[in-house]
Amino acid sequence: MKDQKTDMISSAARSKMNFRTMQRIYVFQIPTRAFHWINVLCVTSLSITGYLIADPPAILHSTEAYTLNWFGFNRYIHFVSGWVFTVNWAFRIIWGFFLGNRWEKWKNFIPTTKARWKEIKNVLLQDILLAENKQHVSIGHNALAGFTYFLLTSIIILLIFTGFGLYIGISDGWVVALLGWPSSWFGNEMFVRFLHHLLMWVILLFAMIHIYLVFFHDSVEGRGEISSIISGWKFIEEKIWRNYIGKGK
Amino acid sequence: MKYHPFGIVGDLNDKSQSIYEEMKQRGYSRRDFMKFAATMAAFIGLESSGIAQVARAMETKQRPPVIWMHFQECTCCSESFIRSSHPIVADILLDNISLNYTETLQAASGYQAEKSLHDTIKNSFGEYILLIEGSVPMANPGYCMIGGKSAEEILNEVAEGAKAIIAWGSCASNGCVQSAKPNPTKATPIHKIIKNKRIVRVPGCPPIGEVMAGVIVHLLTFERLPELDNQGRPKTFYSRRVHDTCYRRPNYDAGLFVESWDDEGARRGFCLYKMGCRGPVTYNACGITKWNNGTSFPIQSGHGCIGCSEANFWDSGPLYKHMSSFPGFGIESNADKVGLYAAGAATAGIVAHAIATNIRKNKILDSNVQNARDVESEDLDIQ
Ligand code: HEM
Ligand code: HEM
Ligand code: SF4
Ligand code: SF4
Repeated sequence: MKDQKTDMISSAARSKMNFRTMQRIYVFQIPTRAFHWINVLCVTSLSITGYLIADPPAILHSTEAYTLNWFGFNRYIHFVSGWVFTVNWAFRIIWGFFLGNRWEKWKNFIPTTKARWKEIKNVLLQDILLAENKQHVSIGHNALAGFTYFLLTSIIILLIFTGFGLYIGISDGWVVALLGWPSSWFGNEMFVRFLHHLLMWVILLFAMIHIYLVFFHDSVEGRGEISSIISGWKFIEEKIWRNYIGKGK
Repeated sequence: MKYHPFGIVGDLNDKSQSIYEEMKQRGYSRRDFMKFAATMAAFIGLESSGIAQVARAMETKQRPPVIWMHFQECTCCSESFIRSSHPIVADILLDNISLNYTETLQAASGYQAEKSLHDTIKNSFGEYILLIEGSVPMANPGYCMIGGKSAEEILNEVAEGAKAIIAWGSCASNGCVQSAKPNPTKATPIHKIIKNKRIVRVPGCPPIGEVMAGVIVHLLTFERLPELDNQGRPKTFYSRRVHDTCYRRPNYDAGLFVESWDDEGARRGFCLYKMGCRGPVTYNACGITKWNNGTSFPIQSGHGCIGCSEANFWDSGPLYKHMSSFPGFGIESNADKVGLYAAGAATAGIVAHAIATNIRKNKILDSNVQNARDVESEDLDIQ
């Protein structure tokens, strides 16, 4: 009876449906996931403290200045987070060059092949026109996501340069000098400040859209997108996986 | 003393004299001289042993010939220089400049003036110090033209034989106000024209008189340029921000800011950051040397720094706001306003997208739903 029942289910189901068997693949290793969440913490702290630096609230205090240091402390948090942020990104960049797995490597972020440009087109259609994406074959980031992370990385590097360009007046350290000197090309720190501030908004805009899109893709594709940056695992249609292995890649 | 419509050409005939000898002739005592040497040594940041070095240099070395050129400027650098705290600076270092200044304006024009400049260049080729005030108009050779020569040609000619070139003030260093957008005369700073020589840049509108004197004394004493930063500014005077030497700094760290010109904070001397003070982005010695014989400086009199020694300060406005306006979005726009609008637009986009996704949900999710195993409905199916 029991066997019969299972048979019945599967045959009934099979006749109606085409099961999609998913392969579980470990795409993001611990260092990448740690990088991601450290970065989220740093961006949050840098944006809040940075905003306060640009536009501190008005307070009137009845005692003298020496009793307070909140603004100095706020800047201190900004600088500490700035250092963590910088080291974290330096680590991710190196990881992407030499150490990461095939989905974490920079090669995976820059669309160098025709297939990846095609996928970018398809993902754009999927995201903008809400079309169904039948050719979404990437296993790690999709080609568009990878490309935006690459663009984001350029913005981040500029943000770090401008940050240290403002820091250079405060410190003699050689790392600061190294990362800060490109900003002297702008000739004027007022502009560096403006750019640094503006880039904060670029990052915040990226974050808004990024967070929305990972939710969107997660729910539309059912591949475990969001949990991949927590657990490391993604779920890929077995067909795609077989094809991928078959190509010997 | 010789004249040129663009400026004053130092005395060349009297080559034998040292600065000390000139001072004696003018009735300064040995004591005055030593005081002067000590002041200057302190300004240029020497140790106490440096006083002797400065004194010896001025006793033994001849005063070098000096050419002071004027292009597009307002003469505030000259004004600042001749009013630097020590009278000897103006009196002796550049000889008669202060005395003959008005004569300069009425000075001989035409052939004689041209000849005088020419002689200087020829007779002390490779020896004279060239001091330049003002930016060079490149838009039209007719601007500032003298004797049929454009300002650029005159500059190139004078610069060729100069032992050292000092760009006085923001005009010669960065172009200053006349190069503000849209820069109708194409005002150009000296280092963008003379490329084969190191130009000492002493920016400020004007630079502090003592700083100008310090640079010259350094040149006389050591016969080489002072240590310069990557923008060509003497490190002694331009390595620190006004903000780092500002006496209101404790208020900044405490977060105590003036909110409007007439509030309690303004009376109590809070930090002027929110009133647009450019101290945090301005490299100058105002907080230490101060102005008018050390009397005060802008921040001490309750006004923020406008960043006069920084390139493009005139285009980084509004001057009374902390943040620059956003180019192309009008005076009242800044990065925050533009950013907030963009974030608003993004939010609207996301909301619209989410709604559209949900309306079309069935279609979009169709394949997922069809291809997934929905145990509950399967069970129902069987029963
Ligand atoms: C996500 C990254 C970052 C964001 C969102 C951010 C944001 C900001 C903002 C909004 C300001 C105020 C600018 C203004 O006054 O208009 C600021 C100032 C500053 N930031 Fe950042 N920043 C970031 C990274 C960094 C990094 C990596 C450094 C390098 C250590 C840095 C160093 C500074 C410095 C030195 C200032 C000027 C502080 C002062 O003068 O008191 N920032 N930042
Ligand atoms: C709570 C908020 C966030 C969530 C839930 C989230 C989620 C995710 C997910 C699921 C991925 C993998 C996406 C893929 O495979 O394409 C990812 C990747 C990434 N996210 Fe986020 N993210 C958040 C905030 C941020 C922020 C604020 C930033 C940067 C400003 C950021 C930068 C990145 C980058 C650079 C990657 C690529 C990771 C790598 O390969 O190293 N994320 N994020
Ligand atoms: S008044 Fe200006 S220079 Fe002084 S501490 Fe405040 S911001 Fe800095
Ligand atoms: S305080 Fe600022 S604006 Fe004023 S003279 Fe000094 S550098 Fe120029």
